Amino acid sequence: MVDITPADGIPPAEVAEVELYHPHSWWTKYVFSQDAKVIAIQYSATATGIGLVALVLSWLMRLQLGFPGTFDFITPEAYYQFITMHGMIMVIYLLTALFLGGFGNYLIPLMVGARDMVFPYVNMLSYWIYLLAVLVLVSSFFAPGGPTGAGWTLYPPQAIMSGTPGGQDWGIILMLSSLILFIIGFTMGGLNYVVTVLQGRTRGMTMMRLPLTVWGIFTATVMALLAFPALFVACVMMLLDRALGTSFFMPAISEMGEQLQHNGGSPILFQHLFWFFGHPEVYIVALPAFGIVSDLISTHARKNIFGYRMMVWAIVGIGALSFVVWAHHMYVSGMDPYFGFFFATTTLIIAVPTAIKVYNWVLTLWRGDIHLTIPMLFALAFIVTFVNGGLTGLFLGNVVVDVPLSDTMFVVAHFHMVMGVAPILVVFGAIYHWYPKVTGRMLNETLGRFHFWVTFLGAYLIFFPMHYLGLMGVPRRYAELTDMTIMTESAHHLNSFISIMAFIVGFAQMVFLFNLIWSIRHGREAGGNPWRATTLEWQTPQTPPAHGNFGKDLPIVYRWAYDYSVPGAKEDFIPQNMPGSFGPSREQA
Amino acid sequence: MAVALVLVLVVVGSVLFHLLSPWWWTPIASNWSYIDNTIIITFWITGVVFAAVVLFMAYCVFRFRHREGNRAAYEPENKRLESWLTIVTAVGVTALLVPGLFVWSRFVNVPSDATDVEVVGQQWQWSFRLPGKDGKLGTSDTRDVTADNPLGVIASDPNGQDDVVVEAADLHLPVGKPVKMLLRSIDVLHDFYVPEFRAKMDMIPGSVTYFWFTPTKTGTFQVLCAELCGQGHPLMHGVVMVDTQQDYLAWLGQQQTFAQLSAPQQTGSADQAPGNTAASGLKIAAKLETVGSR
Repeated sequence: MVDITPADGIPPAEVAEVELYHPHSWWTKYVFSQDAKVIAIQYSATATGIGLVALVLSWLMRLQLGFPGTFDFITPEAYYQFITMHGMIMVIYLLTALFLGGFGNYLIPLMVGARDMVFPYVNMLSYWIYLLAVLVLVSSFFAPGGPTGAGWTLYPPQAIMSGTPGGQDWGIILMLSSLILFIIGFTMGGLNYVVTVLQGRTRGMTMMRLPLTVWGIFTATVMALLAFPALFVACVMMLLDRALGTSFFMPAISEMGEQLQHNGGSPILFQHLFWFFGHPEVYIVALPAFGIVSDLISTHARKNIFGYRMMVWAIVGIGALSFVVWAHHMYVSGMDPYFGFFFATTTLIIAVPTAIKVYNWVLTLWRGDIHLTIPMLFALAFIVTFVNGGLTGLFLGNVVVDVPLSDTMFVVAHFHMVMGVAPILVVFGAIYHWYPKVTGRMLNETLGRFHFWVTFLGAYLIFFPMHYLGLMGVPRRYAELTDMTIMTESAHHLNSFISIMAFIVGFAQMVFLFNLIWSIRHGREAGGNPWRATTLEWQTPQTPPAHGNFGKDLPIVYRWAYDYSVPGAKEDFIPQNMPGSFGPSREQA
Repeated sequence: MAVALVLVLVVVGSVLFHLLSPWWWTPIASNWSYIDNTIIITFWITGVVFAAVVLFMAYCVFRFRHREGNRAAYEPENKRLESWLTIVTAVGVTALLVPGLFVWSRFVNVPSDATDVEVVGQQWQWSFRLPGKDGKLGTSDTRDVTADNPLGVIASDPNGQDDVVVEAADLHLPVGKPVKMLLRSIDVLHDFYVPEFRAKMDMIPGSVTYFWFTPTKTGTFQVLCAELCGQGHPLMHGVVMVDTQQDYLAWLGQQQTFAQLSAPQQTGSADQAPGNTAASGLKIAAKLETVGSR
């Protein structure tokens, strides 16, 4: 072990190393594993599996919208079940689980120089409860009455009434139960990620030396721990309204000529609780993507991320501000319209730190040495789609502009571009980037480029034109677009075009899945650090990293994560655990 | 090269699509051209930013692409540049927000000469109520809803007796007169949305919400429900006819008041006035039934 003197700025070890739990059998190594890396793969595989279900559901919806009346089995009832399950799966069970449970578990311990998460057993439980939540969700497809068709926002009163699919059957009960389970499981994982980042960092790894990936996931997790409880209570209360006949969200209602036994509840209270969770949720998905894409751009442009400190404060600032903008989802909900002044102002303020992040990404490209690798291509595509989706957010956030556009296809186009397409492009970039570390092999380049071009351009062609349907006034959540006086014939053709693009983009994802499986055995050998990156996960003695991540001694960190192309250094990158100074060594503490 | 070119094409294509495609908003038929103007300002500012960022990226990808022997510059921070960009962004955002809030204050402040018009949503049809000669709408309660009193007007309130009730039929409005739409639902959330009027607002059971506008064009306009309200949601269409003052008064003369409708001799009084083109909830329910049993 290298002897460190205090002069190097490296603190002495504070606590002795704790022995890790070592698996004794195949079961405890690969199934009931306590290794964060295995848990990460379990999370990712489960999220991908359920994500495929959501992808198929989106095809079914597009069949109906693009070719109305052609497919008899897509009844209005079925259509609403498809949109509800598609939305909820994509937002919660795919994106949240993949970014935090998948990337968080794999990358946090490796990037901060820890052997594992701080509480490995709780971490394992977190995954198994998540799996249970997914199974409960899937079971609703087979329950009497089918899954709920209340829309992913689950607005009462309709969510628990008979006019909505699953409202008086099992659908809504299973959905609410699954969400409650998900939140319990997430909380176990989330506490782990936060404590590991705060307490598990190796010596020399100050907070201001953390890679932005860790900053993004860490901030998103803190936000999720604060935001999910609002959804949790909303789910519990609605479950009570549905099962026991309480009236938290149910006022007096006359349904089809019959008076219901509810009185005095507030439907809008649910909306406040839902969006108090729901808006931070957007950033719970976006912040990990922000962090990861920063590292992809820096590594593949061989240049330090521009304005690191500003980037960190922008992440933290966006995280904090996102808790005071929730009612911008409710401008036309019938809440007191004077709230509009406050929430429009906070919403537009959040555009400033977000814009700073965009500037810093493109300024990182400026005077870089840009390698157009597949991760870099996905990062560039992320910037295009994120800027596009972010800018349409300025329409919807600006209260009065939202009035005509709210609840139209403009909103659908906006949120798919900004929190569907953009983060998913980062997920793909990240998989191409870290797959060699996880498996030891590179993904196939030709298939990868095919996947990239079809996904990026196809997704842009789906969602860019869709904004204009919304501008025309076409409402969202319409199972049938018949007898609409505002829709011209050509608007229906545009819908067919969008549907065809959706099938093509979906097909490209099958190519990607094939690549993932094929390359495990047949990919080119990657070596330990194929991208010549600085962060600790690329400096492990074995690839894939063994249980415990690092060898006998934990790495010691001497520098920030972005020492690329340092003047005077021989190589164009200096790993974080490399001692000594080269040129104007940066200390960002 | 190819990547830089595609990025440029994305910008050029998006701008051309915006300018040349036939898909645009419907001709406006209300006073809310302020909203359209705010959207135009927003398109300009955001369009310029989108083009600038993506074209700059395209330039970087072209100019700084990897070639043998290249090395990136080392520049961790540039405080001056970062502050300038922050200030410029803040100015741009303010330029969007200020006109937006100005128009919003007009939107929420109803002019004092606006006439009340009540809209009642239920699965899956629209009904309307207009104040009678006294100019006041009577109070209402969902718990008073019955087959003979579909809007739940409180019978003991004298203000309600002369209210004009239009059940599951078309609404007529006089052109050029501001109206305050009072929105109410007796079951789930709905949203009264006429694309040509630009305004919309959710209807919440248990509350009365509102928006106001002045119709500026005569004609027939389709009402759409814009808040998911169950299986019949996409079929919950209605009709608003904006009439000249003369036509409006003629229509109004044919309507029945709450008192007339609830008078005992008028059994089966829910029969609608002539000229009804709105789909009624019962018809939709029947349609869903056939679709479901296919």
